[in-house]
Amino acid sequence: MTRTVAITGVGAVTPLGVGARTLHERWTAGRSGIEDGYGRAGEFEPKEHLSVKEVRRADRFTQLALAATKEALEDAGWADGPPGDPDRAACVIGTGIGGIGTLESQHIVMREQGEDRISPLSIPLLMANAASGVVAMKHDLRGQSFGTVSACAAGAHAIGMAERLIRYGDADVVVTGGSEAAITPLATAAFTRMDALSDSGVSRPFDRRRDGFVMGEGAGILVLEDEEAAKARGARILGYVRGYASTSDAHHLTAPEPTGRGAAKAIELALKDAGIAPEDVVYVNAHGTSTPLNDRSETNAIKTAFGEERAAELPVSSTKSAIGHLLGAAGAVEAIATLLALRDRIAPPTLNYEEPDEGLDLDYVPNEARPLAGANGRAIGISNAFGFGGHNAVLCLEAQ
Amino acid sequence: MSTTVTREEIEQRVFKALEEFGAEPDQINPDAEFEAMDVDSLDLVELAQIVEDEYGVQLKGEDMEGIKTVRQAVDLVMSKLG
Repeated sequence: MTRTVAITGVGAVTPLGVGARTLHERWTAGRSGIEDGYGRAGEFEPKEHLSVKEVRRADRFTQLALAATKEALEDAGWADGPPGDPDRAACVIGTGIGGIGTLESQHIVMREQGEDRISPLSIPLLMANAASGVVAMKHDLRGQSFGTVSACAAGAHAIGMAERLIRYGDADVVVTGGSEAAITPLATAAFTRMDALSDSGVSRPFDRRRDGFVMGEGAGILVLEDEEAAKARGARILGYVRGYASTSDAHHLTAPEPTGRGAAKAIELALKDAGIAPEDVVYVNAHGTSTPLNDRSETNAIKTAFGEERAAELPVSSTKSAIGHLLGAAGAVEAIATLLALRDRIAPPTLNYEEPDEGLDLDYVPNEARPLAGANGRAIGISNAFGFGGHNAVLCLEAQ
Repeated sequence: MSTTVTREEIEQRVFKALEEFGAEPDQINPDAEFEAMDVDSLDLVELAQIVEDEYGVQLKGEDMEGIKTVRQAVDLVMSKLG
């Protein structure tokens, strides 16, 4: 028996504010959360969402995950802990880097004050699985709990794994998503050194003038449940994770394979996994980083997977144009953005898109949202996430 | 200097640390047990660090064994101050 994976709750903290619907509404309205070249989650005040102890015992990336989880569980109508058997509740949360803010600050303490002055909380705060562990502990999720690590595909990989856990029968409910807080001196300097960041500080995916990505931070959390169990408890269903696939470019440490071969394969396999024909997809939420290489190879991948003709009709937009690149949180935050866009039957815009580039000739929904054509029946979309290391993860989502 | 430190001062410093660790202020008193305040071994390592920074007293892992309350912790610091 194949189980169907329902999405019953979402939560997000992003540069556009606190709240998943805040993200959706502000992005759709064409607002940007990027200031001075960074996408900071500036409206997030940890103490408004977490206890003193929780703040002290969590790196910022875990704090962001806790706050997004709180919203997602309230959205799903969970009262105190998971509905049903806690042993059947899992937690999978991805991150690109983990608690790098803690690592950097404690390294300074060690150099300036000595080894015996670093905090005993250093390791539990900086470990990349901290978000998953802390969220599971707080909400009594006693099934499988782990983090996924695949750079900027980590959030999408987490949701894909969560979907598999339910489909395979390992769990009935999964709290899943991604989180990142890497706007730190070392991380920004390192991304700058590899020429990945935008010199202009403007995120303009697919535009001819695009010059790199803008660093962002935040978290996105989804509650996935076995559809039958969700219906049995009378939960409101927002939509479904219909399919998921992941491939590897096996090409280069950081550069995507130029033809988009691996990304195209991931799209094709995700649609196959979902049992969805390419012509039934009405919206593509692109990885769309605003780097010269990604946006070209991703455009190629979309053309390969959907065929030139269908690809030309599809609205393709990038959430990163409004919030920057949330690295390991990107795949999760953008899956939420995709779901809410599909629910409203609207294609949110790619901001700052003004000058077409040769060969990048898809419909990138420039600067203004518009109603999704062809979504009178089912509202099905895909969300792409690709990471350094050649990781490609694609989710196929359907809104209720 | 440590010779001028009073028991009350040490107690107040421990209270302050406990509040920073997230213990509820109305729970904090000399006979409150660390466990009841949700203060665990990781917090106690930090507490030992604070005591060392402020009073120059080194508390090792074995010193802290069996220390369950604020009063016991203050007693320990006082005895080390000699």
